[in-house]
Amino acid sequence: MSKHVLLIEDEPNIIEAISFILSREGLAVETHSDGTTANEKLRGASPDLLILDVMLPGKSGYDILRELRADPATAALPVLMLTARGQTRDREMAEREGVSAFMSKPFANSEMLDTVRALLNGVPEEAPGKP
Amino acid sequence: MPRDTLTGSRIRERRTILGLKQADLARKAGISASYLNLIEHNRRRIGGKLLLDLAEILKVEPSMLTEGAEAALIASLREAASTTRGSTAELDRVDEFAGRFPGWAGLLAEARLRIETLERSVETLSDRLAHDPQLAEALHEMLSTVTAIRSAASILNEPEEIDPDWQRRFHRNIHEDSARLAESSRSLVSYLEAEGKAASESGTPQEEVTALFEAAAYHFPALEAGQAPEAVAAELEADLSDSARVLLLRALRTYAEDSAALPLPQVLEAVAEDGADPLALLRRFGCDPARAMRRLAALPGEAPCGPVGLAICDASGALTFRKPLPEFPIPRFGADCPLWPLFPALSRPMAVLSRRVQFAGRQGGAVRAFAVAQPASLPQANRDPIFEAHMMFTPEGPAQGGEETELVGVTCRICARAACPARREPSLLGDAAERGG
Repeated sequence: MSKHVLLIEDEPNIIEAISFILSREGLAVETHSDGTTANEKLRGASPDLLILDVMLPGKSGYDILRELRADPATAALPVLMLTARGQTRDREMAEREGVSAFMSKPFANSEMLDTVRALLNGVPEEAPGKP
Repeated sequence: MPRDTLTGSRIRERRTILGLKQADLARKAGISASYLNLIEHNRRRIGGKLLLDLAEILKVEPSMLTEGAEAALIASLREAASTTRGSTAELDRVDEFAGRFPGWAGLLAEARLRIETLERSVETLSDRLAHDPQLAEALHEMLSTVTAIRSAASILNEPEEIDPDWQRRFHRNIHEDSARLAESSRSLVSYLEAEGKAASESGTPQEEVTALFEAAAYHFPALEAGQAPEAVAAELEADLSDSARVLLLRALRTYAEDSAALPLPQVLEAVAEDGADPLALLRRFGCDPARAMRRLAALPGEAPCGPVGLAICDASGALTFRKPLPEFPIPRFGADCPLWPLFPALSRPMAVLSRRVQFAGRQGGAVRAFAVAQPASLPQANRDPIFEAHMMFTPEGPAQGGEETELVGVTCRICARAACPARREPSLLGDAAERGG
């Protein structure tokens, strides 16, 4: 059974590259680009892993993370955050909101794959929010 | 040591700062009060042991009493030594150094001032780098593009077979993104170049405008003649940065409005009768006190009321306009004295304060200062007004009618006022610091 990844990112060519490398790994990748509707999309999709960009149109990644952590259905969902600002301050903010992993752009594809694998393997079989 | 004729005045000044009575000082020094009075009025020359005794009682170096100018130099040297961590400068021999090598000492003091100025510019610049939204946006754009290129390029670079359709797509993406990257890096470079130029020439935009006003002696005949502020700004702004142009136009518009409401010939007539009195001016013209103050500070140099200085600050206390006078210097960088009437005015909105003010430790040079805080814009329903404060000042002769003179400073570190309720940090001058609250 292939695992399901939701990618929320607004840069079309990054979406294409990440989708490609994750699909090749046998993962089912779904994408979304709008910050304001991200949480609705997430509830509908119930993925095994969320990859979330910080700078999104309409709503920041931090706000989306805070909301999904407050919702029991997604409170334990592994979340990998992407940011173009790798400063300690941003990392701290993301950690405070309960991020599972944090990656600053530009990243290497292998780095992305390793982190995604590690996060998916860490998911317990009967995790909440899984069908 | 060269001796000038003001030693007595300095003794008197210092005695007043310490709150000593003339009779008490005379008794401690073993002379009669009337003799001390003659000395204090510079009618008896003093020197030798008496000078040393007086200096000891007044807790100052004798040279501070005999050489006023040198005292300022010594103060800057002390400041240089105390602000340099781990300095091994022989502070106890600073007078000797300044006395024997005045040229070198002056150079050192000047170099220290220059370092301070440069430190401020570095601070301003790094502040700008950290908080500039345009720069953050540009960097974000570049990093996003680089990320897309890097991902796509490494997919293409892998030994694994890739479907030709995907291959074409990634090639096309890299091509598009590299064009975007070229464009965004070019605009970033031109932005940084423009910023660097503006910053290196004259510091903050506000300083640029201040320098321009100073060069015009704070008076613009073209605006007085009714020319549009936009036209005058266009003539003056050639060397200014973009932000400074915005500030300049705003300042010139205010000037033009003030000048239209209070035409120059009538104002000159008024000050010939009333002197530089903003309250008399507002009674004649029915304008608000801030406008009256700005108008008086914009008069030509030959106006019959003499020179008028002006400082304007916003509600956070940041100075937005400065026209200093020799009697009332205004430092270029923050940390002003909270006792300037400008700041108390902010806590008494709409009340016009009038104070006699003098810089502590200075000979003469008192000023009459008027200050008022009033809303900076027109009222809006259910909104608290944003206040700004104006303070206008003119040189004033001896105190009359027993009015108290408020002793103020430029900044705490070089202020001689003892027992100051507003002291923020210790002074480097003598022992004013320990005595100050």
